[in-house]
This record gives sequence, C-alpha cells and structure tokens, in this order.
Amino acid sequence: MEIKVLQGILSANDRIAERNRRLLNDKGVFALNLMASPGAGKTSLLLETIRRLKGKVSIAVVEADIASNLDADRIAKEGVAALQINTGGACHVDANMLNNALESMDLEGVDLLILENVGNLVCPAEFYLGVDKNAMIASVPEGDDKPYKYPLMFGQSNVVLVNKIDLLPYLDFDFDNFTRGLSVVNRGATLIRISCKTGDGIDDWISWLLAEMKR
Amino acid sequence: MHELAITQCVLDIALEQAEKHKAGRVAKINLVVGDLSGVVEECVQFYFQVLSKDTVASEAMLEFERVPTGARCHACDSEFTLAETDWTCPKCGSDEIEIVGGRELYIDSMELE
Repeated sequence: MEIKVLQGILSANDRIAERNRRLLNDKGVFALNLMASPGAGKTSLLLETIRRLKGKVSIAVVEADIASNLDADRIAKEGVAALQINTGGACHVDANMLNNALESMDLEGVDLLILENVGNLVCPAEFYLGVDKNAMIASVPEGDDKPYKYPLMFGQSNVVLVNKIDLLPYLDFDFDNFTRGLSVVNRGATLIRISCKTGDGIDDWISWLLAEMKR
Repeated sequence: MHELAITQCVLDIALEQAEKHKAGRVAKINLVVGDLSGVVEECVQFYFQVLSKDTVASEAMLEFERVPTGARCHACDSEFTLAETDWTCPKCGSDEIEIVGGRELYIDSMELE
C-alpha cells in the first residue's frame, strides 16, 4: 500500500523550534543565532558586542562547541551568564539542544540571548531553532567565493558580517564577487564590514542589532 | 555530518507512519531533496542501514528525487536551473538573479506492507 506522507524531514525539529520561539517571546527575549566557520571570529564578535552593550542590554549567551568550555569561560570573564553546551560530536545545534539549554537558564530580565553555533558553514543552516534572527560571519581570509560554495548558510542569514577587513590590503579578497554571490543567494541580507581587531564597523553592527531588538 | 540527524528523522517518521497504518514492513520511502540542502544521498543510505536495524523499516528502499537549484532573473524574469559555476542568466546574461528553489527536504510517500 502506498501512502502519501508529505512531511518535512525536520518537522520534529521545527515543532521544538516553535516551542523555543514561544518561550523566548513569553520572556521578552530577542534571540540571535550566530554562525560561521571555525576561526571566523564568532567569539571575538561576541566579546566585543558584550563590551559595547554592557550596562545597556542584559545579555545571556549559549556557547555550542563539539568539546571544551573554553568559550563559555571567556564570556563569563566579561560578567555575562554563559551556558556551554557540548554537542558531543554533532556539527550543529538543533532545536532540541537549544530547548534544553533554554529550560535550564534563568531568562528572567534577559533582553538578548546569543547562541554561538558550532563552527561550520554547512549543517547549522539546516536546522530552524526558533530564534528571531540568524547572523553569520564570513572572514576575509576565507575568500570571496564562500556565498557560492555555501548558498544555504548565506541564504538563511539575515545579516552577514565580513570580519577581518583590516587584512584586505594583504589578501586578494574581491568584495564585488562576494557581494554578487550574496545577492544571488539572499537579496534581503544586510552586509556589514567589520574588524574585531581594529573595531571598524562594530558601531554599524551594534546599530543593526539594537534596531532589530526594538522591532 | 548533519545526514545522521536527518536520517534519524526519516526513520522516526517512517516508523510512526508504519505504526499508524498497522504495517508490518516498510518497503520504500520516497524522499524529495533539494540540491541546496546539501544532503549527501550515500551518507543517508549508509546511516539508514545502521539506524533501521531490527525495525520494520530495516529493508526499506530509499528513493531520492533530487530537485535542482532554481533561479530567477530580475532583468528578464526567466526562470532556470542554476549552473554550478556560472551565476548569470542563461537567457540575457544578467547577474541580477536570485535563488528561488532547491531547499526541499521532505518525505513524499511511502510503500507499506
């Protein structure tokens, strides 16, 4: 007997993601999913963001790594509550992992929750988490061809930050090629050029973030 | 690596459907997968063999229908399959194009016995 199913393969994940979305809405928390390849500058941007918003916005952080507590420790040094989840080999955070993290955190009074996803340009893009916005970092040393190679990740991101622009004079990064690729996979994405090293563009990033939180 | 999680979801849905329809065996699962989803068929096939062991789906065949990445040209409005490397409109040559399809990831139908 043949039966029609027409069910999304990740529908179980999406249902939990909806629970996350409701939980975050109920608590009035704006949640951001930060994705990038390893070494692109996720933790550096997070630390910079925390420093800029200290005293203005109450932040909580969920750090996801395959192993170690290194990142949560770095965040905790800034006086921000950070929960480390180890995915135990999994290359991404799914809605259930985030749900477990949210259930174990005190979200009372938190304005902004940032999830630092596992460093990976493929898998995290596939899993809807129930957050408000997806952000990704593409760094200059990775090359200008990344939107062409990882269209799903770039396609799912509301904002794309190009980090390490202080290295542009030393590398052959073609911004036009990058922008062209990005516009094909995601016409609506906001592009912000930053350097966590020099602080260039961080004001633009903070403005984008605060504007989105107010919406 | 996300294929492992995806395969587990495929198996969960298949077993749920088999139970719902009181089937003794899942013979076939027809999947629709967009090229943009980056799901590697061979990985899913392999993981499925491992995960489905000792279930009513252990002998199920997985049939993949791939959906190519679709794009639309903003200059001339034509729709086409996006080429691997040349991201311009095949009709008018414009690079003002946008991806509009290829993210499919669902189970279309199943054969139960």
